[in-house]
Amino acid sequence: MGLHIVVCVKSTPSGVNVPVDPATGRPKTAGVPTGVNPYDEYAIEEAVRLKERVAGSTATALTVGAESAADVLREAVARGCDAGVLVAGPEFDGGDSYATSLALSAAIKKLHAEKPVSLVLFGKNTSDVGAGVVGVQTAAWLDWPCATGVKKIDPEGESAATVARGMEDGTDVLSLGLPACIATVKEINEPRLPSLKGKMAAKKATFAKWGAAELGLQPGQVGAAGAATAVAKAAPPPARPAGVVVDGASAAEKAKKLVDILLERKLI
Amino acid sequence: MANNGILVVAVSSRGVLPPAAYELVTAGRALADALKQPLSAVVLSEKASALAPELAARGVPTVYAVESPALAGFLADVHAKAAAAAAEKTGAGTILVSGGVAGKELAARLAVGLKAGLATDVSEILPDGKVLRPIFSGNLVAEVEFKTPVRVLALAPMSFARAEKGGTPGKIEALAFAAPASRAKFVSFQPETSNEIDMGSAERIVSGGRGLGGPDGFKPVFELAHALGAAVGASRAAVDAGWIPYKHQVGLTGRSVRPKLYLAVGISGQIQHLAGMSSSGTIVAINTDKDCPMMQMANVSVQGDYAELVPAITAEIKTRRGASAAA
Repeated sequence: MGLHIVVCVKSTPSGVNVPVDPATGRPKTAGVPTGVNPYDEYAIEEAVRLKERVAGSTATALTVGAESAADVLREAVARGCDAGVLVAGPEFDGGDSYATSLALSAAIKKLHAEKPVSLVLFGKNTSDVGAGVVGVQTAAWLDWPCATGVKKIDPEGESAATVARGMEDGTDVLSLGLPACIATVKEINEPRLPSLKGKMAAKKATFAKWGAAELGLQPGQVGAAGAATAVAKAAPPPARPAGVVVDGASAAEKAKKLVDILLERKLI
Repeated sequence: MANNGILVVAVSSRGVLPPAAYELVTAGRALADALKQPLSAVVLSEKASALAPELAARGVPTVYAVESPALAGFLADVHAKAAAAAAEKTGAGTILVSGGVAGKELAARLAVGLKAGLATDVSEILPDGKVLRPIFSGNLVAEVEFKTPVRVLALAPMSFARAEKGGTPGKIEALAFAAPASRAKFVSFQPETSNEIDMGSAERIVSGGRGLGGPDGFKPVFELAHALGAAVGASRAAVDAGWIPYKHQVGLTGRSVRPKLYLAVGISGQIQHLAGMSSSGTIVAINTDKDCPMMQMANVSVQGDYAELVPAITAEIKTRRGASAAA
């Protein structure tokens, strides 16, 4: 039968230099070039690798975003996913991790009813908001087990997976009963570039599009209305004061001056 | 009163409280004073009753101990249930969790359970209740506001001072907890075998990049780090080249760090790297190129060959240490 792997992806600004709109005081992302969130590339690659490893498996890419977010589903198909689902509509605008994870969980439930889901993969975080919690919050709505920081996934048949979770001081090994949600890190794989065959498939791909109504959600549960938090304003971090340049005729002299500064500032 | 109070959630899976727990106490104390709300804490651990006195001794008035074998290894669903029990007991409106891997998982799961707003990587809590956190990889700092009666904050490590022992000792109360059935099982923990200091909680980090020229270039970097009691970091270029393992990587696809001292050796300072360390207290750059971004942004820059400078700095530190030990 194989695994059904869902990989959640997001369309994010391609660069991180996003201007602040002086009128609203909030980041201005309209018109900024977008692409697949770079951290999601590892999740897509892992979904495809698991698919290749367990015969009969399928991988479905899922995104919540604007209509244009279909581009990241196309990218996922080009990299080897079989299908994509676009959750879109004006009601989803302005969602935070709370509202977005609820929408994702509803879409996963719908996919699960069509074809039972085994694993839901996520990137470490997004390059825009970057909270790094949507995968776990999605798991919480679904009441499924979860792990983040995952650098290795070994399916144990089709009912469980052993995962290695990178902690600050070592590695946790967990066994997750499936279905489960897993957020991956860069260490898990090296993403491949899209193949020619993949690119052809992506060109022809069409995607199911679901709004709040199709997910069985009220408009007030998603987007800004369903969000638990909002960005009131944003600003560049305060500029660092101009630095001190350490000069000297020799390495030893420079070292002496540097250590003087570090001691004076009580840094060592 | 409902949603009144500050609750610090401390998780220990290793038999000791992580230093970040004491950072939560500092943040919680400041918030409790500012809002005139009660402060409490909960310790979630297999050894909670032995660890709770550490927080009580730091002036937290009420410390709950949730002790259960089910809390031996970190599982988000089980720990979130235990934290929720303490949240219910205290009726707290603000719940503080540390922002490491486990802390973020706990915070995310808890926030959904409590229908609470969540902010992670919080570096500052403003008097009006908003919090500051980085967005767009630290290129912007967002002021986040909450629309829910309860808020969960995962604090960025090293953003608040660690509370020292002192103040009126608090009381400790055991809190009963029936572990929920979980489909997640904790199998094992493999500690880092080396004696290296973890970057996330390090006060000093010495980091190396492409300018080191090869794996051997990290030798003097490790020696300097050892002399300073510092952790060792690296740029993506050095990690991708295979000179040092991934766990040392600082930056977008690696770790975000905030030490008091960040010493960057042979790192030019690509934006992806800066995103992971630009909120460090003092940045010292050592590079041959005085115009590279790292040298431009550094608080202290030293131009020159690392192969001469780094051993010279290590020697100088050892000399001073020797002098002060003799004196």
